Amino acid sequence: MSRPGFVLEVDRSTPPILFHQGEGFRLEKLPAGSRVVYPAEPVAPLADPDGAIRQALLHPVGDSQPLPSLLHAGMRLTIAMDNQAVPLPPMARPDNRQRVVEIVLDMAAAAGVDDVELIIAHGLHRRQTEAELRHMLGDRIYDAFAPHGMLTQHDAEDHDNLILVGRTDQGEHVEINKRAVTSDLLIYVNVNLVAMDGGHKSTMTGLTSYRGLKHHHNVTGMQHSRSFMDPPNSELHNSVWRQGRLLASAVKIFQIETTINTDTFPSQFSFLQKREWEWSPRDRASYLAVSKSLERVPPRMARSIFHGMKSPQKMTSVQAGEVEAVHQLTLENVHRQHLVPVHGQADVLTMGLPYVGPYNVNSILNPLLVMCLGLGYFFNLYRGKPLVREGGVVIMSHPTRWEFHPVHHPSYIDFFEQVLAETTDPLEIEKKFEEDFATDPWYIHLYRNSYAYHGVHAFYMWYWGAHALQHVGQVIIVGGEPRAVRRMGFKPASTLRDALEMAEDVVGRDPSITHMHNPPIFISDVT
Amino acid sequence: MVAGGLVPGLGARVGPLRLADIDEPDLPGPGWHRIRPRLAGICGSDLTTIDGKSSRYFEPIVSFPFVPGHEIVADSDLGRVVVEPVLNCIPRGIDPSCSFCAAGLTGSCQNLALGQLEPGLQIGSCADTGGGWSTAMVAHESQLHAVPDDMSDEAAVMVEPAACAVHAARRPEADQPSTVVVLGAGTVGLCTIAAIRRHLRPGTLLASAKHPEQRKLALQLGADVVVEPDGIRRAVRRLSRSPMVGTGVGEGAEVVFDCVGSETSIDDALNIVRPREQVVLVGMAGRTSVDMTVLWHKEIRLVGAYTYGVETTGDRTFDMAFDLVRDADLSRLVSATYTLDRYREAIDHAANAGARGAVKVVFDLRGERYR
Repeated sequence: MSRPGFVLEVDRSTPPILFHQGEGFRLEKLPAGSRVVYPAEPVAPLADPDGAIRQALLHPVGDSQPLPSLLHAGMRLTIAMDNQAVPLPPMARPDNRQRVVEIVLDMAAAAGVDDVELIIAHGLHRRQTEAELRHMLGDRIYDAFAPHGMLTQHDAEDHDNLILVGRTDQGEHVEINKRAVTSDLLIYVNVNLVAMDGGHKSTMTGLTSYRGLKHHHNVTGMQHSRSFMDPPNSELHNSVWRQGRLLASAVKIFQIETTINTDTFPSQFSFLQKREWEWSPRDRASYLAVSKSLERVPPRMARSIFHGMKSPQKMTSVQAGEVEAVHQLTLENVHRQHLVPVHGQADVLTMGLPYVGPYNVNSILNPLLVMCLGLGYFFNLYRGKPLVREGGVVIMSHPTRWEFHPVHHPSYIDFFEQVLAETTDPLEIEKKFEEDFATDPWYIHLYRNSYAYHGVHAFYMWYWGAHALQHVGQVIIVGGEPRAVRRMGFKPASTLRDALEMAEDVVGRDPSITHMHNPPIFISDVT
Repeated sequence: MVAGGLVPGLGARVGPLRLADIDEPDLPGPGWHRIRPRLAGICGSDLTTIDGKSSRYFEPIVSFPFVPGHEIVADSDLGRVVVEPVLNCIPRGIDPSCSFCAAGLTGSCQNLALGQLEPGLQIGSCADTGGGWSTAMVAHESQLHAVPDDMSDEAAVMVEPAACAVHAARRPEADQPSTVVVLGAGTVGLCTIAAIRRHLRPGTLLASAKHPEQRKLALQLGADVVVEPDGIRRAVRRLSRSPMVGTGVGEGAEVVFDCVGSETSIDDALNIVRPREQVVLVGMAGRTSVDMTVLWHKEIRLVGAYTYGVETTGDRTFDMAFDLVRDADLSRLVSATYTLDRYREAIDHAANAGARGAVKVVFDLRGERYR
């Protein structure tokens, strides 16, 4: 039985607390009285994940028949799946998707199905490389499907291969990948990293277009998603659910969702998921060795080391069947791992940002992604109310270099250089610039033919933090490159002590402080 | 190594420039007036000269020793005047004038080493006339423009750089182009932005500026979008919604004004201009190394823009410049004044103006002992 997450109150005997700092770490002595929220230890994985998958497919939940009875010769079968944005870091082979898809394909073969196509549901994300696909699905699946054009990556700008299914009662377009919606059965394979993922969001973000996404990927939607990690209180999810139900009336969907535990880092980095006072001499030695080594290598090499890391995360549950019934079980399993009760909000919320987020696998966590990871994802990892009070201060630690991957994030560069130079107000940005970026033929070309995120994706990164921008009084980045930090309207600080002093100008003297000891991931259940 | 090769403005300390008491220049002939400068600007070309980085092209059209300074508002027996500094056929007493001067294109005069004066491109590079960085000099009546009583000295000293900008804005063969780019936001760049907004009337005016104050002024003077210099190609690409071809913009801007004149800026200009369109070189370039393949391939017209005279409208450039200075309130570009004895500080300030939040640095001669 793993230990649950908990809240530590810092006293004089508390050792320095670990902060992630991009491709590095820092140990910080927090003021006495500060709170540190620790994640739960990894819950026990399934002893026989393949067996559990078979059981789930044979005993689906909700209004769904067992998978074998939905498969028959002559049918058109499409298997769509999450892209490499989840899990983080990428999990060691075999990935959950490989396990699930192999078993589904065995069942399809047994039923005589020969029209099968696999689609990576990456929405407006960049296409994956062959190596990334092989890692995710395994060589056997890749070699059987990819050379024959039966493993494709969703193209949200291929208008000949998108179908407008209809509009919801709120006028939201449901525009979906043609192959998926014209299949006799659409199977969706999900890996649930956080409570935001899965359910109707799988198809309605992964297989749709800008026209479909703009109904919920917008500033107002984000500001009214409190939080988007808590679907019942998320405007984003309300919209997605309306779209998803309409889609479910147009095509038979069999949803397969898996959850994973928080065994996030491989053994050489195991100190990252331990509580500091429980560090063994070996952990301390590892921390020193890793930290000192990273200080001596150039950022590019440090990045390469980290992105080579594969996570030992393991499957903790699998459920299949009707989308909403499946997702209800998934949320319960995610919460079993992630929820940490926290009483009350703080004046100041601190967080250490790691090297990777959903949009920079094998890439650079550029300043926009820093904003998105901190004010989008980490800030929103709550249920009830934010960990920081309204008008409070968020302090993040990250190098925040003015650095972008030119192939993966071309529109991000322009957004950062040209849009943020003019305004950081999400509503103004949305109104004045979004359409122009979203329809720019060059960005569209790079999205379709290179490995670039869609032109509008940079905007979504900024919108992801819109609720936080509205809520907090100031954002400070410790260790960030001043020029890049200021471009985003935030304040740079050299040390945590400086940042806390700066925060006092906003929240007053002797503020209450809460630190998110994340990752491994948790959701604060704030009362 | 030239004096200012490593540190801009260093030439003021170790170069040939010095502050000295010298005799006032003689009047070269009839029509000449003795004038007493009130304000005299420090131009980028002055800094280039001081730092020993001027092109050797100028050797035959300069005479030594000379007193620098060609952006001048002065007192004269005709009242307060602004000086049009080009030493063309008329002040040189050459009659008949060359074909250019006869047509009013005095900036294109090629008799710059002939006539009654020692060689000199302009006042400020001629041994016979003196220059603005002094308390007394001479100028021909054809070079003097009366300053209206309600115009401040700070505005008047901006007329000469504004005239360069007006002339530059009139150079391209374009009418209301959709996209125009100005590279650089020093004095020349900012004045050019103001002139383009009034004379070329583009759909969108995009500018590059290195420093925050330049950025603010560029927007105030008429730029629609301002980006940092290393982002200019991406900005033009996005504005024109065109593809990139290698590191160049596929379609790009209809007119590009290069107000820097460096190897980098010329390369940028050639790579962001639309095929078959024009680059106007406003900044003094000197000897540079640029891959001209792009010019050949895109069939780009590269034109220079030096000074003034009479524009195609028939108006004298300086008259148009007076209007521009007044309409655009270019006096705001005068950031600092120095007395002559602080010339080293002044030149250092001018050489690092952008980084220090300044634009135009001028000498203030109004309180000098020998006036």
